[in-house]
Amino acid sequence: MRLRLLFSMTGLIWLVAATAATAASTNADFKAALNAAEAAENDAGALKNQWTTTEETLTAAKKAAAAGDFDTAVDDARQAEALAKASIAQAREQEIAWRAAVIH
Amino acid sequence: MLRAMSLMAIFVFALIRPVTAADAVNPQADFKAFRDYFTKKFPNVPLNDFVNGPYSMDAGLRKQWLEIDQFPPYDFAIDRGKQMFAKPFKNGKTYGDCFPNKGIGIRQNYPYFDEKSGQVITLELALNQCREANGEAPYSYVKDEMASLTAYMAFTSRGKPFDIKIPNDPRALAAYEKGEEYFYTRRGQLNFSCASCHVQSAGEHIRTEMLAPALGILAAMPIYRSEWNGMGTISRRFVTCNSQVRGVPLPPQDELYRDVEYYLSYMSNGLPIAGPGTRP
Repeated sequence: MRLRLLFSMTGLIWLVAATAATAASTNADFKAALNAAEAAENDAGALKNQWTTTEETLTAAKKAAAAGDFDTAVDDARQAEALAKASIAQAREQEIAWRAAVIH
Repeated sequence: MLRAMSLMAIFVFALIRPVTAADAVNPQADFKAFRDYFTKKFPNVPLNDFVNGPYSMDAGLRKQWLEIDQFPPYDFAIDRGKQMFAKPFKNGKTYGDCFPNKGIGIRQNYPYFDEKSGQVITLELALNQCREANGEAPYSYVKDEMASLTAYMAFTSRGKPFDIKIPNDPRALAAYEKGEEYFYTRRGQLNFSCASCHVQSAGEHIRTEMLAPALGILAAMPIYRSEWNGMGTISRRFVTCNSQVRGVPLPPQDELYRDVEYYLSYMSNGLPIAGPGTRP
């Protein structure tokens, strides 16, 4: 009896997890991802260090969302956020690192 | 205990002091180091020939350039610029009224630091300031009319040595340093600085192009570039450099672009103006 209950619970957990993993992204998911990406890109802009690839990926995310493909839109927005954060990290690192390249 | 602390303090000071000295802004020392670097790296290139960029270090390219220069593709821009320069604005004044020596033979003095406004004034910016002061709309900074006007003005300065001054004004020194910082700062997804190509890799190929040395790099501006199929200004060159490393360019004539032009032009002091020029 206990064993049957354990199998049932395991199956239920697996079913919930699988459903969650394959659940389609929504417009709300996209908006949240876009807001995070745009906030990071604005920070990169304040450092005068935006990347063209970030801008292109943001554009692609909005285009996918406009076409109703929220899975792609969310993926692209998250990718744009990662790119923007990388450009911020680059700018911060270069605030000091540039001096090492100067001809002396 | 006190002795140990004193020794520690001296040790820390000794560690910090050289860094501070190296970080101090010293344009004269930078100028010497910059020039030494390139003349040692390219011992067979005559100093004044650095203004010819890739043509100074590749015999094949030089041969093609000399052939092209029999009928220079920038000639149309010089002619157009000359006409534009002489044509009065609606108020009857001309460009010549905005510049020393009526604008003839003065390219080598740009950019300069304007102590009144506290900023670097490039020739492109001065031309648009002149237009606006006379009730005319400013031109695009990257090509067409601006390239023609600067082509004509450069032509009247050919052979005159760059003479960029850094006045005894902390703001001028700050502008110089900001330009230097911009030049050496890596940016864009490709993580390149201006120096990555034009210092560390000068004379090497990037795909089919030979990278020009930073020494004298602005002397031939504006240029007719085959890649552009037309003329382009210094602003255009900076914007496309940033785009090529996947960085979002600054607006043309942004303060930082003017500062980097100030820095690079100072590094070329004494080298002759060779503009307008041609590049692959």
